[in-house]
Amino acid sequence: MSSIADYALPNPINQNRSGVIGRPVDRYEGPLKVSGTAPYANEAKTPSPPTYGVMVGASIGCGDVVAVDDAAAKAAPGVKLVWHLFDQPPGQGAAGAKAYVQSQASADPVFVSPRVRYFGQPVALVVADTLENAAAAAALVQVSYAEDPEAAYAFEPAEAARRDNDPDSSIGEFEAAFAAAPVRLDETYSTPIQNHCQMEPCATTAWWEGEKVVIHTSVQMLKGPQHLVAETLQIDRHNVHLRSLYVGGGFGGKGSSYEDLALAALASRTLGQPVKIALSRQQMFNATVHRPATVQRVRLGATPDGRLTALSLIAATHCNRNAPFIERAAAFSRALYAAPNRLTGHRLQLMDIAVASAMRAPGEASGMVSLEAAMDELAEQLGLDPIELRIKNEPDRHPETGQPYSARQLVECMRDGAEKFGWVRRNPKPGMTRDGRWLVGIGMAAAIRGNFLLPAKAAMRADADGFIRLQQGMTDIGTGSYTILAQITAETMGVPLEKVVVEIGDSGFAPAPGSGGQFGAATAGSGALAAGMALRARLTAMAVGDPDSPLYGAPPEAVEFRDGLITVENRSETIAALVQRLAPAGLEVEGASTPAADIRQYASYSHGAQFAEVGVDPVTGEVRLRRMLGVFACGRILNEKTARSQITGGMIWGVGTALTETNRVDPRYGSLTSQDLGSYFPPVHADIANLDAYFLPEVDDKANPLGIKGVGEAGICGAAAAIANAVYNACGARVRDYPLTPDRVLAAMGAL
Amino acid sequence: MRPFTYERAESASGAAKSAAETPGARFLAGGTNLLDLMKLEIERPAHLIDVGRLPLARIEETPDGGLRIGAVVSNSAAASDRRVRTRYPVLTHALVAGASPQLRNKATVGGNLMQRTRCAYFYDPAKPCNKRDPGAGCSALGGDARGNAILGASEACVAVHPSDMAVALAALDAAVETVAPAGRTRTIPIDALHRLPGETPHVETSLEPGELVTAVVLPPPPEGRQEYRKVRDRASYAGGLFSLALAGGRLALGAVALKPWRATQAEAALAAGATPAEAADAELAAARGTGRNAFKITLARRVVVDALEGGPTR
Repeated sequence: MSSIADYALPNPINQNRSGVIGRPVDRYEGPLKVSGTAPYANEAKTPSPPTYGVMVGASIGCGDVVAVDDAAAKAAPGVKLVWHLFDQPPGQGAAGAKAYVQSQASADPVFVSPRVRYFGQPVALVVADTLENAAAAAALVQVSYAEDPEAAYAFEPAEAARRDNDPDSSIGEFEAAFAAAPVRLDETYSTPIQNHCQMEPCATTAWWEGEKVVIHTSVQMLKGPQHLVAETLQIDRHNVHLRSLYVGGGFGGKGSSYEDLALAALASRTLGQPVKIALSRQQMFNATVHRPATVQRVRLGATPDGRLTALSLIAATHCNRNAPFIERAAAFSRALYAAPNRLTGHRLQLMDIAVASAMRAPGEASGMVSLEAAMDELAEQLGLDPIELRIKNEPDRHPETGQPYSARQLVECMRDGAEKFGWVRRNPKPGMTRDGRWLVGIGMAAAIRGNFLLPAKAAMRADADGFIRLQQGMTDIGTGSYTILAQITAETMGVPLEKVVVEIGDSGFAPAPGSGGQFGAATAGSGALAAGMALRARLTAMAVGDPDSPLYGAPPEAVEFRDGLITVENRSETIAALVQRLAPAGLEVEGASTPAADIRQYASYSHGAQFAEVGVDPVTGEVRLRRMLGVFACGRILNEKTARSQITGGMIWGVGTALTETNRVDPRYGSLTSQDLGSYFPPVHADIANLDAYFLPEVDDKANPLGIKGVGEAGICGAAAAIANAVYNACGARVRDYPLTPDRVLAAMGAL
Repeated sequence: MRPFTYERAESASGAAKSAAETPGARFLAGGTNLLDLMKLEIERPAHLIDVGRLPLARIEETPDGGLRIGAVVSNSAAASDRRVRTRYPVLTHALVAGASPQLRNKATVGGNLMQRTRCAYFYDPAKPCNKRDPGAGCSALGGDARGNAILGASEACVAVHPSDMAVALAALDAAVETVAPAGRTRTIPIDALHRLPGETPHVETSLEPGELVTAVVLPPPPEGRQEYRKVRDRASYAGGLFSLALAGGRLALGAVALKPWRATQAEAALAAGATPAEAADAELAAARGTGRNAFKITLARRVVVDALEGGPTR
């Protein structure tokens, strides 16, 4: 077990001798994607002509399947197979079974229970020779239901309850301190259900090669789905070869897999032909997962000079009763501001609607829109500048655990951003700035998101052709994993980027946890560095021990890798020459990285500050973003281009959170109302005006050996609050229910 | 999607004849709405008659100083035509507000008129809808439908017509030219083309079975200001919460009813010397909210008043 002190020791990444780390390198796989030649899961080339599956979704929200009439579907042209409760896929393991005790997933058999747990849940599968025939036949499957009259389709925050596994965090005496505070704020904010809206819907292509099933699917993590197939199909996990080479957006929604995965493998086994199953856009809304709604009560007590004495955030949320999940919207507030008396926690209502799960910055993305708006409101009450209020309450240690921060430049982000954005031009009095039709305002918010590191492995090989090849069971969900892994490999081995090949997204490769929780780059990257160091050690030993090498007899610790050479002072040879001579078939090593035993000595977060300028139409209540700036401190930046892209992508999602994105459950049916991209509104180009982000220089040598921190989720944090605060500054309308649609803005302006 | 047969029409009258003779036939032009609905099996045509390549893609002057816009002129071409831009700017603005550029490039003028409501309950086959299934009931009524109609709705249907272009056409007093299966042609005032839902929301227009829209005819441009305003949840690619077309003394409202709503009450009030607020009130006296859409009445009033008072545009 390493120590956190080791992270600060010199290594190829923190030395960055050839300067590849940080460079805004274009995406490794970019040409494939923009030319339409990157094979996504549904486009995987099959060894023989594929068949196509279409899943039928339940048309009720909760109840039981009581009958299925599949006669017309079975008789339809091209149909090869129809499965449902009364004609189940053969050979499935019992629900929850685990033949291999270390499996990361248990058997999840399909169509074995009559129970419908949410609207759109797959209740039948039709496989046919063409997608069109499968879709036409799927529409002919007649399913009868008995709907459960007790179903809970309406979110009742008052009925949400504390869960044993998520106790409140209580420090000091919050209630007494709040009651005694000279200045108090007590407001409730709400956020709606949001959908991931990945460009690529979930899909699986599967075929069998003897005992082995080959699966191309679209997931963020490989091991869970691989093990789920093994346990469900009751086969050895080594016979499940799962690939996820290109993923058209995950955002947490592909952290789980769906029925297409096992069904494609099962149907292919039964038919002896490749099977492709893709979810429709409509199925993506109700039959995958979403970010649940929240209702958040914020209470802040402060002294007249702006020191917080009491801080509370209690967030109520919901999930499907069969899939417990807590949107931990209060958790971030434990790490953001100093206050001696604190009470934070979560309440959960079990419902019978679609499954709630992780979406980009789960917790923070919802929670920061309440506390960071409340801070703006409190600043106004106190007559303080909102940035000044935040700086006054900047903690020098984690306010609840007492840990020092690994690196924290929140105040620097706010100050630097304020200067770049022109914060001094903000008139603290709302409604004072006009530009033609528009009332104009600016606002800001802090951003914080936890930084994580998990164990990872990687394999690296040096080949006689001079290429260094990295193989890792990592995924790239559009973030730039391929690219930064190539940079880490190149810098570690001292070779040009053109001499690096990165292969990821394959369950057969040395495992890494995958993409999620903004831990991907740090985790997979640390694994890649470890593999590279292991490869360097092997190559070094070979060179100094080989009489034919110019490095023969040199002290191993003096050996360096640069410009494709292995070198000691003025003696060198190419890696290719060494490998050709001593390992002509190539030399492969595996490396592993595990978090330092003492890594929890420090609290590690990505930090940032968000600034927004909006226009509000005083007649219609429409809000349009005019400009936005994010300033972030996230440790060393591996690739200025892909990192900035991650941050601005998060910020754009924040614009959607603030202004446009919402889904709603119709409590009569238990279904989400918006089921396509024509009625669910992520921002479009026209919504995003002048939006930019930059990073403050930072090296976090207590986070991981790379000195980096997560950027994938930090960008959304606080973004929507900055916009809501700007709306208030523009027109004096304080809308506490997100998104700030024209009707809500008009109501808050007193027009309705 | 159900299997269907396909033919490419040779002539407008031939297309109309084929449509009348073939059970379950539908016209196809840009397909931007019909194909979506077919994939969801909301539209289940047995036969498609492609009229997209008929020689109806010209914009030409009419003898009285107006314009005739062929039914398969794309929305993009209509919006960017110099004569439309200079003489009928309200139409250009409405078209540009109407969809993303990609959709405008495919969508046709005739198809724009014939597009169907975007009501979320119409789009979800698991829910009752009188448009899809006459007599099934309206699940939007009492549902989560913030975009519902506030004028001319019925217990059978509270949907709104999605077209922006049609709102401008209503303010311009345009008409559509059609050809019937027997070859007969006729001209229908735009206001008489779309129907309010009443008891039969599945009957959406006054067209006869097989009757094909061949052109939109614009009368000479009216004297005075033309303006199109659209209020929406995001800056592009979103249906209107409310829209308004002003052309000379004529006013039409969008996203309030199952048809583009010519505001004749407001026009009459203004002609009689009413203030903008009085005119708005006259038109909206009959407006009714059905829940979450109630804000649209206030929103409509504010935008109508602001537009009539000549408030600054964006």
